[in-house]
Amino acid sequence: MPDEVSVSLTINGRARRLDIAPWTSLLDLLRLQLGLTGTKKGCDHGQCGACTVLIDGRRMNSCLQLAVMQEGREITTIEGLAEGGRLHAIQAAFIERDAFQCGYCTPGQILSAVALIEEGRAHTRDEIREYMSGNLCRCGAYPNIVDAVVDVLAAGGVTMKEAAA
Amino acid sequence: MLRNDPHIGAPRSRVDGPAKVTGAAKYAAEFEAPNLAYGYVVSSAVARGRIAAIETSAAEAVPGVLRVFTHENRPRTAWFSSSYQDEVAPPGTPFRPLYDEKVYYSGQPIALVVAETFEIARYAASLIRAEYETEEHETDLKLARAHAYVPPKKRSGITPPPKPEGDAMKAYADAPVRVWGEYNHAPEHHNPMEPHASTVVWEGGGKLTVHDKIQGVQNSQGYVASVFGLSKDDVQVVSPFVGGGFGSGLRPQYQLFLAVMATIDLERSVRVELTRDQMFTFTHRPATISTVMLGAEPDGRLVSLKHDAVQGTSQFEDYQETVVNWSSLLYHPKNIALSYQIAKLDTYTPGDMRAPGAPTGISAIECAMDELAYATGVDPVELRLRNYTDRDENADKEFTSKELRACYRLGAERFGWAQRKPEPRSMREGRELIGWGMASGVWEAYMMKTSARATLTLDGKLEVATATADIGTGTYTILTQIGADAFGLAMEDVTARIADSSLPKSPIEGGSWTAASAGAAVDAACRSVREKLFGYAQTMKGSPLAGATIDQVSFANGRMVLTTDPSRSVTIAEAMRAGGVDRIQAEETASPSLLTKTRYASYTHSAVFAEVRVDEELGQIRVTRVVNAVAAGKILNPKTARSQVLGGVVWGLSMALHEETFTDHNLGRFMNHNIAEYHIPVNADVHDIEVVFVEEHDDKVSPLGVKGLGEIGIVGTPAAIANAVFHATGKRIRDLPITIDKVLAETA
Repeated sequence: MPDEVSVSLTINGRARRLDIAPWTSLLDLLRLQLGLTGTKKGCDHGQCGACTVLIDGRRMNSCLQLAVMQEGREITTIEGLAEGGRLHAIQAAFIERDAFQCGYCTPGQILSAVALIEEGRAHTRDEIREYMSGNLCRCGAYPNIVDAVVDVLAAGGVTMKEAAA
Repeated sequence: MLRNDPHIGAPRSRVDGPAKVTGAAKYAAEFEAPNLAYGYVVSSAVARGRIAAIETSAAEAVPGVLRVFTHENRPRTAWFSSSYQDEVAPPGTPFRPLYDEKVYYSGQPIALVVAETFEIARYAASLIRAEYETEEHETDLKLARAHAYVPPKKRSGITPPPKPEGDAMKAYADAPVRVWGEYNHAPEHHNPMEPHASTVVWEGGGKLTVHDKIQGVQNSQGYVASVFGLSKDDVQVVSPFVGGGFGSGLRPQYQLFLAVMATIDLERSVRVELTRDQMFTFTHRPATISTVMLGAEPDGRLVSLKHDAVQGTSQFEDYQETVVNWSSLLYHPKNIALSYQIAKLDTYTPGDMRAPGAPTGISAIECAMDELAYATGVDPVELRLRNYTDRDENADKEFTSKELRACYRLGAERFGWAQRKPEPRSMREGRELIGWGMASGVWEAYMMKTSARATLTLDGKLEVATATADIGTGTYTILTQIGADAFGLAMEDVTARIADSSLPKSPIEGGSWTAASAGAAVDAACRSVREKLFGYAQTMKGSPLAGATIDQVSFANGRMVLTTDPSRSVTIAEAMRAGGVDRIQAEETASPSLLTKTRYASYTHSAVFAEVRVDEELGQIRVTRVVNAVAAGKILNPKTARSQVLGGVVWGLSMALHEETFTDHNLGRFMNHNIAEYHIPVNADVHDIEVVFVEEHDDKVSPLGVKGLGEIGIVGTPAAIANAVFHATGKRIRDLPITIDKVLAETA
């Protein structure tokens, strides 16, 4: 059995020092060892995006990250998004627009949307569709997810351009 | 306003929304238990034969491995195969995991490794070696159809094809216009985003709490009790959130068996979670071959309809769907011949997948009708109106309601169908050919016997409870709306409790029946509580409601108010104090009306209009617009209802263009068992979808006038898209999904 490795990292603003078996993915660390089950396992192969978290502000599939590689990194999961019980704007927009059904892909969609808005590169509905395409939704809530992102962009002063035909 | 604004019919946001957007919602694999052990499944590598030897010692030697279970050391379970039959099992002998050395399909579970951690279990599972004696297998429906048969025992709930009428073959031969086609679709796998998982909590004393990915907790409860010889009182199944089902969670799947088996044996809590590739090792929508022959007059009026279908099933169960009956339900010429057969394949038993049988059969008939439209030169919508049925001639019954005409009209208007140029390849923009197609959809409107409990407390809070599920459909929300309206409460004052096997009895959530069934049960329980409450109010000295009947009062803002004189009212709390109680509870059972069942037929209908743009050089198809006009009786919540239909349309788009499980018939194995190679639509594949709810009043279908929405969205969508592809390209592609290679093929 492999020896555990000591890793220091920050999760949802809290600094942690953890002893981790080197074969543990960041996803399994979050779900199985830290009880942060808001990050979902959909495929464990980087194909579905359900496990999306923010690592130093970038959206990443946590199933493709080994936990021991996260030394010194800041990780944000869905549990760390609402501040003081107040939902993040994109969380509220997802509820208002009914941008989910079963809810299983939702944390990944939301973190992906947070990062997309931060990236500042979505200016049309087609661009939102394209840049949100790493997150599968089997319930088919895609049009509502786009609406939710548009709402939050608009609240931040970004107006959508018409897509080129 | 005397009454609060009603919640029923209003676009309320999901009450479980906050839990789902914050990560607080717990799914089956997310419940914790002290000292939890992890199980990992080993799957068979061959499709048919027997396990000659299975080597587990290397796995057992890994530190942290607790036990390796195989057929050789499986603990004792029920002797009779009938004990494995769940609520919705088709006729046959259910699959029994680790039962013996026989292998019935590729991917069959042959061992379970249980270890202290997930990683240890996964690693140890990789060390297990099995040797097989293989036998000849058959996984190709095109070959197996030679041995297809009419299922000797009908599956419960499935109506066999109606008897033939007239002489369909002769009428076809004599018809001035004839179309004929064979329509196929590939097997599909449900692939809900949440993999199937069961966390079984060992409560001591032989008691189990089970968190299972299931669309009906009482189905899992009954299965576990029956297979493991336990009392139902010792098995509680609690599954508040299900990460998508689409039918994959109707029957208990093998991970539940394995997790319970290991828990009982180890006397320790165990979780078994399947991998994504193992999500291709149980239920699926079976491959289907449909043959449709239509004979018509030059004006498009049908004189003959023949529809034959054959589907795959497993070696051990006769799974069945309603595939061909839809054709003669929608169109009923004088000469009709329908048939339905199944053929045994060396796969797991197929299972219900969103609108089982309907997009299958409807894709065939509605594409054939499109072919007839071109053959006769009659507009596709007009052709359907000329052959419209006003009765269910299959069952010789009146419809409780059928607003399909309005669906055609409103859908066509919203889509702009009148602007369509009828000739194929006649609409183009740049390098893209544009095609407009349409199709009809139909799905049975069921109501199932369901019980519910309502509890009103002195603080003006209401709890409604029934054992049904919410797989993303919005059950929590609509039950909350129904409860709130019964007492004029705010949504926040009502809690819906579901998905716990200890709650009042409910069937599995499926078939689009939950809103009608659980909704009616909750409504009935609330009415019963209202009557008790009203009774207490009348016992008050000098009661403001004295002499009134319950029909004369309204419930608003925590009060019972005399409708004709709002100054006369009693608060909920006053009435309860008068009765000397601090809570009122009632349990009621709602059953479908016998009169409706015997005299009427109930269906949900839709008309789907689709626009595709096809890049002729690359063969790429984009579905740029869909209008789906749905007549589904009363709409309880337009927001969640729209989402149901949107999702159905995305599923239909997927069936038309994306979804397909490929089989390597040499190995007898599904090949693309991951969601990179098993294509489902991504966000960029889905453009404008408009959902139109057509007004439909129906006072017979169910107590609330609800018909259900889970399936209807998918039903007509694949045919509408396939017909649009023909209109764009002039190529009639009868094998779904319509992939680039088929579009680029010289002949189609």
